Amino acid sequence: MLHLDGVSKQFGGLPALSEVSFSVPRGQLTALIGPNGAGKSTLINCITGVLQPTSGAVRLEGEEITSLPSHAIARCGVARTFQNLKLFERLTVLDNVLTGLTVEGGNSMMMAMLRLPYLRHRERRLKLRALEALDHFGLSDKAQWPASVMAYGDKKRLELARATVSQPQLLLLDEPVAGLNATETEAVACQLRRLRRAGQTLLLVEHDMELVMKLADQVVVLDSGCVIACGTPDEVQCNPRVLEAYLGRMDATA
Amino acid sequence: MYTTSDFFQFVVAGITTGAIYALIALGFSVVHNTMGIVNFVQVDFVSLGGMLMFSALLALGLPMIPGLLLAVAGVAMLAMLVERFGLRPSRSDNELVLIFLTIGLSIIIRGAMKLIWGTNRMALPPLSGNQPIHIFGAAVLPQALWIMALTLLAIVVLSWFFYRTPLGLAMRAVASNPTAAAVVGIAAGRIRLTSYAIAGALGGLAGVLVTPITTLSYDVGVLLGLKGFAAAILGGFGSFPGAILGGVILGLLESLSAGYLSSGYKDVVAFIVLLLVLFVRPKGLLGK
Repeated sequence: MLHLDGVSKQFGGLPALSEVSFSVPRGQLTALIGPNGAGKSTLINCITGVLQPTSGAVRLEGEEITSLPSHAIARCGVARTFQNLKLFERLTVLDNVLTGLTVEGGNSMMMAMLRLPYLRHRERRLKLRALEALDHFGLSDKAQWPASVMAYGDKKRLELARATVSQPQLLLLDEPVAGLNATETEAVACQLRRLRRAGQTLLLVEHDMELVMKLADQVVVLDSGCVIACGTPDEVQCNPRVLEAYLGRMDATA
Repeated sequence: MYTTSDFFQFVVAGITTGAIYALIALGFSVVHNTMGIVNFVQVDFVSLGGMLMFSALLALGLPMIPGLLLAVAGVAMLAMLVERFGLRPSRSDNELVLIFLTIGLSIIIRGAMKLIWGTNRMALPPLSGNQPIHIFGAAVLPQALWIMALTLLAIVVLSWFFYRTPLGLAMRAVASNPTAAAVVGIAAGRIRLTSYAIAGALGGLAGVLVTPITTLSYDVGVLLGLKGFAAAILGGFGSFPGAILGGVILGLLESLSAGYLSSGYKDVVAFIVLLLVLFVRPKGLLGK
């Protein structure tokens, strides 16, 4: 579904990604792992248009989306969460989720001003879907709270609710369980399994190896901006280059 | 000796000018919230409102209400053109670049107004009658009532738009977090265009309402606009309730100091209070 072809990104002359190529198959959970600074978040940012890759191509269903602006990529059905949360702090929890449905609302000014009945009807339907998404993530009792007062774990789940409510073609999750305790992590893992079962295509960036190995269909390992391994969780765990990246060279410490 | 009816007279006058400042301050805030800049063209939206009203009444011979609607819609359209062809082509997100552009555009628009309508001061008739109405011993011009009523209406429509429509939600989302807004699929261009349209409509409305009281000239908006800017800062730049509160407080300060001290001091008193507020609370009364 998503194909990366030689994606490179340089910050000033410093390469953060060099010639990254891999595919994310439809209906599967692909995990992207790698040591800190390997370029995982940069890659997610390049896919979603937050950053522009220096060279290379990103294709979604064969359509090139490489240099499109973020909002256009979102409209192609790519949703994401952020490692350090990007919520609308001043908006209510419900409004936060409703913005996730922007991709479906034709929000032209004239239409919004005219208040056509079918529009009002659609707005009600969108609101119901947003409430349903909050329910999935156990946040419905806080729907009218401003997002800024929520606890960290709730904010993480709110961002997930916002990203999933539009049922995107492709969902990119940047460390969804970072900073969560064991119970909260298990709850998020549960949600990911539910999405995966529903046929959602996912690209997951995560440091929690246990979670990755349990959930992933395919694991891509990034080190210093290069793909060093790609395969099933079992294959990747035995790959000497992966062990080297994570644990250091054997002969150097021996 | 001052009487209670004098006090009422000053208060009514203060709220009337305050309402105008509030409209202009709201225009500044709308653009600031979506683009993070001070839009200096706002002052010319005020003059343009008066000018378009003048032409609608005298050149087109329209009645008052259609003339008002046409003038406000006209300024909103022009404001959208300013954004689309004046700011967007710069393809810049640098606030300083955009602010300088608005200053340049403001000068160009003022020059164009000078060419079209000339430099003579003109008079615009009030929306209805010149006979003052007596309320609590204060003589209130019908135009003052129009100003208060239409400002209230504008505030109601604006809150309804921001809190009850999807586009309003998108605008609040951009104000709260532009990156997240882009990632959920909100196109920044359309939001900027809408914010300019709203700012233009608010400025235009202020111009249509205030010029029958002041006089009409190509640069009438400059001083009014600066007062509106001050009101926005007083209330907390970017905050809508702050813009309204700041406008009314600034209007009341001016009119009370003009009444009880001397009209020569009204600007001084108003701006000294503004400075004091900013010394004590730099983010403004209701700023975040």
